[in-house]
Amino acid sequence: MRADLEIIRDWIRPGARVIDLGCGEGELLEYLVNEKQVQGYGIEINPDNITACIEKGVNVIEKDIDEGLCGIRNNSFDTVVMSHALQTMHRPDQIVEEMLRIGKECIVTFPNFAHWRARFYLAFRGRMPVSKFLSYTWYNTPNIHFFTFKDFEELCVERNIYIVDRTVVDNEHKHRWWIRLWPNMLGEIAIYRITR
Amino acid sequence: MKDFPEDSVGLVTPQSIHFDQPLTLASGRVIKEYDLVIETYGELNANASNAILICHALSGHHHAAGFHEGDHKPGWWDSAIGPGKAIDTRRFFVVSLNNLGGCHGTTGPNSLNPETGQPYGPDFPIVTVADWVQSQARLADHLGINKWAAVVGGSLGGMQALQWSIDFPDRLHHCVIIAAAPKLSTQNIAFNEVARQAITKDPQFHDGRYYDKEVVPKTGLMLARMVGHITYLSEDGMREKFGRELRSGKLSFDFNPQFEIETYLQYQGERFSTAFDANTYLLMTKALDYFDPAAEFDNNLAEALKQVQCEYFVASFTTDWRFSPERSREIVDALIEAGKKVTYTEIQAAHGHDAFLIPIPRYMEVFGAYMNRIANSLEKNHAR
Repeated sequence: MRADLEIIRDWIRPGARVIDLGCGEGELLEYLVNEKQVQGYGIEINPDNITACIEKGVNVIEKDIDEGLCGIRNNSFDTVVMSHALQTMHRPDQIVEEMLRIGKECIVTFPNFAHWRARFYLAFRGRMPVSKFLSYTWYNTPNIHFFTFKDFEELCVERNIYIVDRTVVDNEHKHRWWIRLWPNMLGEIAIYRITR
Repeated sequence: MKDFPEDSVGLVTPQSIHFDQPLTLASGRVIKEYDLVIETYGELNANASNAILICHALSGHHHAAGFHEGDHKPGWWDSAIGPGKAIDTRRFFVVSLNNLGGCHGTTGPNSLNPETGQPYGPDFPIVTVADWVQSQARLADHLGINKWAAVVGGSLGGMQALQWSIDFPDRLHHCVIIAAAPKLSTQNIAFNEVARQAITKDPQFHDGRYYDKEVVPKTGLMLARMVGHITYLSEDGMREKFGRELRSGKLSFDFNPQFEIETYLQYQGERFSTAFDANTYLLMTKALDYFDPAAEFDNNLAEALKQVQCEYFVASFTTDWRFSPERSREIVDALIEAGKKVTYTEIQAAHGHDAFLIPIPRYMEVFGAYMNRIANSLEKNHAR
């Protein structure tokens, strides 16, 4: 399992009602349903991913998250997960609001655009950074909103969103002691647990 | 004998099953005895766990797959039923029936009323989706099927599948609802009323007793079908298929059919009016109008679904405006709210409501993947 999902899964309590927005091939949900007896749903738009979920027996709903989550009632989930998808949304702030509306707590992961490698790339090469996690060129990238840990945390302050937990890891999703010294410079991926 | 395609169930023969236990209908009226005509494909396994029930739509019947002797065209859902197809008859035992009130051999308005010796005609009671489900449950008993691996249907057939899951929660493992809705919209009912008026206002209708007069309300039925057919197609699909093409290449300045779409609708209506019974058409549209399983639960569909036990596969088609994707999403949202297992897919298709009968590759892929998973889990359980 992808390492960030391993961190997320430990944050979800057994038997919870979970919805994974942009669930990919459903590996997180499959684990949570089998090992933690959660009631899980995934939302996905990619046809191959949807087929993979069906084959696994994961509840998958075909839907464009950018259109909002209307139809899903307020507070109907214990945990709403969105991993590596927030930067691809048209309005990340509105999606975060929607996530907080339908769930009691949300787990969000995203790449940090202020990581030192990205900063150096832009500063010295003068071009938009391309890396393992941001592996597209500017014109074809699905990642249409680049933001940093600081940016996200500022949004949380503005919107009265409470950050319950934050884990910052490198691009292999490993915890490194030195990341803690200067997360916004040294961390590549952040995993936030937020609530309101 | 002619050769059938490899993925066809081949030559099939319908059978008629007589039920002599009276059936009390939602209206309170009773049908004392009745026949259901069915077809089956594939083999029922030893513990009768691999059975699939196919529920038909407005103008459907029992002949869903394969060929009847001498026919060149296969059953109405041959695209999805057969060896290696989405509903794989090498793994499933498939049961397809003609619903009560139908006109293809099952007891309906054109059958003889044993009490009078005359055709029922307008005296045939109004049947509802729930009544059909009751009669289908008796069929399951007769066939020795305690629990369906899945109940499957498109359009009005999907409504029957949904009703099954509510009325007999412990008698199906999976419920497959394609291009359906939790109830008709006002617009849907309006279209049905146009169809009914066309039939009942036809001078040959004779208050539904046209059988004795040896006539049929052909014009009315034809008009009803033409209106219906327009709602089954999407605007884009119609434009693509017919455009504004003229049969003779130029305007003729008279009222004869000139545009290709006019000819097409007339042909479809004409063909239907000779093959379908007008009283049955009236009944089927009423069953559609009345369908509303949430009504008994304070119009709360999630509440209606609270006791269901099966898993759901729901699919819709992007250009279907008769039963649009929004209507399917109402079912999905209610299932999520009720905490039930559900998979939902929205298929890109230009064909409108008719898409559910067409083997669109993406549709068959997801539908097949879901059915495949059912078959896999059956075979795994069986091996244990």
